[in-house]
Amino acid sequence: MDLNIVWFILITVLFTGFFILEGFDYGVGMMMIGRPKNERSQFVRAIGPVWDGNEVWMITAGGATFAAFPHVYATMFSTFYLALFLMLLALIMRGVAFELRGKLQYSDWINFWDFGIMFGSLVPALLWGVAVVNLLRGLPINYEMHYVGTFFDLLNPCALVGGIFFVLLFAFHGANFLALKIADKALVEDLQRKATCLGITTLIIYVMFAAVAAVDTDILAKLSTVIFLGISIGALIASCAAAHAGNACKAFISSTLGIAFLTIGFFNALFPRLMVSSISPEWSLNIYNAASTPHTLTLMTIAALIFVPIVLIYQAWSYKIFKERVTASDVHY
Amino acid sequence: MDALILSRLQFAITTIYHFLFVPVTLGLSIFVALLETWYINSGSYEERVKLKKLVKFFGTIFLINFAMGVVTGIVQEFHFGMNWSEYARFMGDIFGAPLALEALTAFFIESTFIGLWIFGWDKLSEKLHCLCIWIVAFGSNLSAFWILVANSFMQHPVGYAIEDGRAVMKDFVELVTNPYVVGEYSHALFAGITTGGFLVIVVSAWKIATDEASREMFIRTMRRAVLYTMLGVLGVMGSGHMHAQYLAEANPMKLASFEALWETENPAPFAVVADINQEAGRNDFEILIPKMFSFMVHNSFSGEVKGINDLQREAVEKYGSGYYIPNDVRGMFWSFRAMVGSGGALLLIVFVTGVLVFFCRDKIREHLCCLKFMPILLPLPFIANSAGWYIAEAGRQPWIVVGLQKTALAVSPNLSAGEVWITLIGFTAIYLFLAVLAVFAAVMFIRRTKITSEE
Repeated sequence: MDLNIVWFILITVLFTGFFILEGFDYGVGMMMIGRPKNERSQFVRAIGPVWDGNEVWMITAGGATFAAFPHVYATMFSTFYLALFLMLLALIMRGVAFELRGKLQYSDWINFWDFGIMFGSLVPALLWGVAVVNLLRGLPINYEMHYVGTFFDLLNPCALVGGIFFVLLFAFHGANFLALKIADKALVEDLQRKATCLGITTLIIYVMFAAVAAVDTDILAKLSTVIFLGISIGALIASCAAAHAGNACKAFISSTLGIAFLTIGFFNALFPRLMVSSISPEWSLNIYNAASTPHTLTLMTIAALIFVPIVLIYQAWSYKIFKERVTASDVHY
Repeated sequence: MDALILSRLQFAITTIYHFLFVPVTLGLSIFVALLETWYINSGSYEERVKLKKLVKFFGTIFLINFAMGVVTGIVQEFHFGMNWSEYARFMGDIFGAPLALEALTAFFIESTFIGLWIFGWDKLSEKLHCLCIWIVAFGSNLSAFWILVANSFMQHPVGYAIEDGRAVMKDFVELVTNPYVVGEYSHALFAGITTGGFLVIVVSAWKIATDEASREMFIRTMRRAVLYTMLGVLGVMGSGHMHAQYLAEANPMKLASFEALWETENPAPFAVVADINQEAGRNDFEILIPKMFSFMVHNSFSGEVKGINDLQREAVEKYGSGYYIPNDVRGMFWSFRAMVGSGGALLLIVFVTGVLVFFCRDKIREHLCCLKFMPILLPLPFIANSAGWYIAEAGRQPWIVVGLQKTALAVSPNLSAGEVWITLIGFTAIYLFLAVLAVFAAVMFIRRTKITSEE
């Protein structure tokens, strides 16, 4: 197996980690919508110790793409220029909000920052959905790897439905996470009811989407992709059923698997390409024409094989430290 | 204005804004770690209660600043692809590695252990909790190291080759041991210690003046902060001097530009004030200290220093016709004086404050009104930091990577001026808005928090 394939797998791993971990962070942010202040505070406390570490999965996925496939980084980030700008605004608001919301006790202050968290969770989820669909459908990329479309080409109906799908999926995943982390039984039951509804809606869109994509794109051309996405749908169905039955642990593990296999299926469908040109297949960016030199890839492989396991160990340890459920009395820290 | 100049402006604004918070993070993380070490080694119960409050007090200021640094840092990582895609293509093989290593080795530990530190007071043993903040401090400073490795390559490329029209890495060890890194990193680290330490001094001064109940603890804090800041100021001056001498060989154009020395001279004078005429390539008016510039570069009152016009001729010979002089010599010249002036003022202020808290402790009460107004001096280290980066980056122009790629060829070709206007205005607006709210939250917190022995 050559290093380019190793790096394709590593990028897949990083994005999978990102979608699983930030997926529930975004979801928790979205579940705050329409809730009273004390519940919102408990939700924030549930991800308080870990959200920042989770966000670094995205930063690392971006940095690793830059190091391993610089052309993909260059083309992708310049293509999604305004979309990424919106995402950055959202992430800036969210990150500052987590820190500042508890610093003053006026309700307007807290409400404002909670709005920042909700906005800052919803918008990135939506935009990642839009991006994923656009990447699958292909983008007008010319022979110089430059995007020649406009911002509004990215907002096609299909991509927007993809955005809504990601919003629902992450909200579902976040509700499952909260059902694991909140101590208040009545609140957990309510969350699980919401999770079930969200899960069913997500699944309906998912299946419709897969059907449309099968006709519209080459996403289901490989049998392996069909299998990965099948496992993903199966896991989400199991998660829905578990949420409905009140089994929070099983529900969360299943939605985690659902997101993981969705991400794997997505990258598997792209392989060996990373960005598809809708103008000419020859102009697509793939793991060879977009890659760094073997020297850099070797160096980065060694670094990744050493540090990714270390990161996993101490992040797992941090989850263990904060494994207890959050109660209403925890929210002042 | 076109997408290029707007992208440059945007990068300058977001970088300078980001670097308001970074030095505080670098310096204050270490200071809070020192405070907590003091706390866990302290004796009496009363003392422990107060010290714990003190750690949390400066910890909270640190966290507000840290959050601002983190969110503005994400923008920086995205920028290289968003606005500078051709730079990313040309440099990805070299530049991506330190950036990815920064995320892998530094951001992960910073972000995970800061969570453990904030929420772990009752869940971790005292020693383990203290270790967490040390790890955060280590992670922050390691992250600065990686990004300065990347920046140093842009200033002074080493360990590379040009293949198929792009720069490729030939020797990673050479990349990280780039002599340019030594100057940049030590200068940034000491600037961080100065900035973080001075922030503690200013906050303590204000609390001493306005909060009688907490006065005693803040006098003790101030003593420590004075020593810490003094170390920073002296370090920043020493490393700066060293780096300027190194620039004479590594990037003489930058050195000559921020001193506005147009012609090669031996011995070269130092211009205190100059009216710079960049079009004509000379100063229309200047006040000079004879031989001083030679002394700064060579530690001796004789010795040649190359001038801008001669360096321009050399550059034309080397790279072909073109204008190789940084396009804002005036801005660089005055930025350098703002930086050195702020640094000198800081040295004096910290020294006087030190005399007050160490040798005239019983007279502090007579000077409360001076201490109360000390916060108006807080901009000094921030002015120095921003001016310093302005010199470093403006002095790199017209290159984005010195000698290898011009800034004008690095910008993303698909961007329109309109798109960059939107993001430029958007980032600037949200940055100003958040700065107001963050400062407001910090001031309210500082005002109401008392460090007493009552639980």
